[in-house]
Amino acid sequence: MDNLKLMQTAVEVRKGIVTAVHSAKSGHPGGSLSAADIFTFLYFEEMNIDPANPKNPDRDRFVLSKGHTAPGLYSTLANRGYFPVEDLKTLRHTGSYLQGHPDMKHIPGVDMSSGSLGQGLSCAVGMALGGKLQGKSYRVYALCGDGEIQEGQIWEAAMFAGSRKLDNLCVIVDNNKLQIDGPVEEVCSPYPIDKKFESFNFHVININGNDFDEIRKAMNEAKTVNGMPTAIIAHTVKGRGVSFMEDQVGWHGTAPNDEQYAIAMEELRKAGEALCQN
Amino acid sequence: MSELKPIATRESYGNALVKLGEAHKDLIVLDADLAAATKTGVFKKAFPDRHIDCGIAEANMAGIAAGLSTCGFVPFMSTFAMFAAGRAFEQVRNSIGYPHLNVKIGATHAGISVGEDGATHQCNEDIALMRAIPGMVVINPCDDVEARAAVEAAYAWEGPVYLRFGRLAVPVINDEASYKFEIGKGITLREGSDCTIIATGLCVSGALEAAGILEKEGISAQVINIHTIKPLDEELVIKAAQKTGRVFTVEEHSIIGGLGSAVAEVLGEKCPTPLKRIGINDVFGESGPAKELIHKYGLDGEGIAAVVMKG
Repeated sequence: MDNLKLMQTAVEVRKGIVTAVHSAKSGHPGGSLSAADIFTFLYFEEMNIDPANPKNPDRDRFVLSKGHTAPGLYSTLANRGYFPVEDLKTLRHTGSYLQGHPDMKHIPGVDMSSGSLGQGLSCAVGMALGGKLQGKSYRVYALCGDGEIQEGQIWEAAMFAGSRKLDNLCVIVDNNKLQIDGPVEEVCSPYPIDKKFESFNFHVININGNDFDEIRKAMNEAKTVNGMPTAIIAHTVKGRGVSFMEDQVGWHGTAPNDEQYAIAMEELRKAGEALCQN
Repeated sequence: MSELKPIATRESYGNALVKLGEAHKDLIVLDADLAAATKTGVFKKAFPDRHIDCGIAEANMAGIAAGLSTCGFVPFMSTFAMFAAGRAFEQVRNSIGYPHLNVKIGATHAGISVGEDGATHQCNEDIALMRAIPGMVVINPCDDVEARAAVEAAYAWEGPVYLRFGRLAVPVINDEASYKFEIGKGITLREGSDCTIIATGLCVSGALEAAGILEKEGISAQVINIHTIKPLDEELVIKAAQKTGRVFTVEEHSIIGGLGSAVAEVLGEKCPTPLKRIGINDVFGESGPAKELIHKYGLDGEGIAAVVMKG
């Protein structure tokens, strides 16, 4: 898929995020929007997956370790054809299969239940180890938050992955620089993130995580690395794509009201239109 | 069966894994730097490619087990009860229990019979913690025969299973040739009419001893072995309560949340019966030789019989 088509798709993914969170009247738009380009690239370009056969044992796997950004994953899965886009409006509603955090038992395309921060990366490491042990060629992708990596379990998992040379594992850190209580640097600085992963024997790539050229280049590079896992530190803008949500810590876990929803959707509609005119 | 040498159920665990591992290539064993103590070292020796040492990182081990199970492996994650049920509780709950993954948790060194290491390593809360997780099966075998059968049954079971093993060598009380293990089915070891002693794990042999002491005092005690605490054999518990009219539970675990609580819940709701829970009375353990601690905390035949006679 070329960059223009990816950008257009990412706009649709962002519309789904805003719609789902608005309908739920709760949820996490900021970190869903910052990672929307990464979600889009993974599911529309990078990963070997088939929405018609979501359990294929040879498929690539994705674990959303920062599980609270489920709206981003769900909108991507819906736009990719795993389930109807219309269902996004049932997010967090009683009886809906679209749980507040990813639920592998009920949501087509979700490879791991996650949401309690720090746990998803270990599960992704288990999948990568499983692939190695079975001699399979699938790759495993895990998306972590820059706040999430304050959890000690992340570094237990990183130590194991580096030690076992799991080069079929690609960890992406969505470095949007904000967590609920404020800037990650002020709350409890995880920096330097790249040096930390390097010291755990990862191949590390720093990119602009809202730029498809850079995402593509990093993903391709990761596939050429032998004998070590890759960590892509994706510098992103929290709330990316909705002007009043960008770089605002308050939009970490707040749903837009009706008026804000209308403004956000209009902005995204215009962004999509502008891309069509290119 | 007293001519058989006592053996710790953690050794039975390791031996059973080797036997199962020969027949089932999807079985994989995880450890957190305790393979020598959890007795999975024998599996490591037999199948080095299917033994993964995760280092001293139990939370990560639980996640790796979850990830491996999604790829078709049947992981047995092994460490001390304190770390499996305690340290990694939330990983077991959220990464294994919530998605109901096919992971088996082999928890050794449970209860005060850990002995000299003392309170920090004596997990008397694991049954309570694990039994509260929806869909988790909780098994606490009493001897070598039962422990090996439990490991085989856990492998065959689809879904998460918590297996509780001990450090201390315990007498073999079951007859291998006639023994049958079924998850969720208790076993009546001795009939009686005056009271019922329901025991689990290494306290089962103590309960049998107590019944012998009580017989001499003219008290006829029925003895039931509950190896599966969840799902509990409610039918057997209720039948025994109705028959004898008085129930005692015995466990090497806190009286809060374990076998005693499970029995109290079912009797309270379905068959109110006078009940006394024998176990660790809401205190931390201490250092000492295991057998001395079992005596001190009233979990041997003598201690159990004394409580029953007191009524």
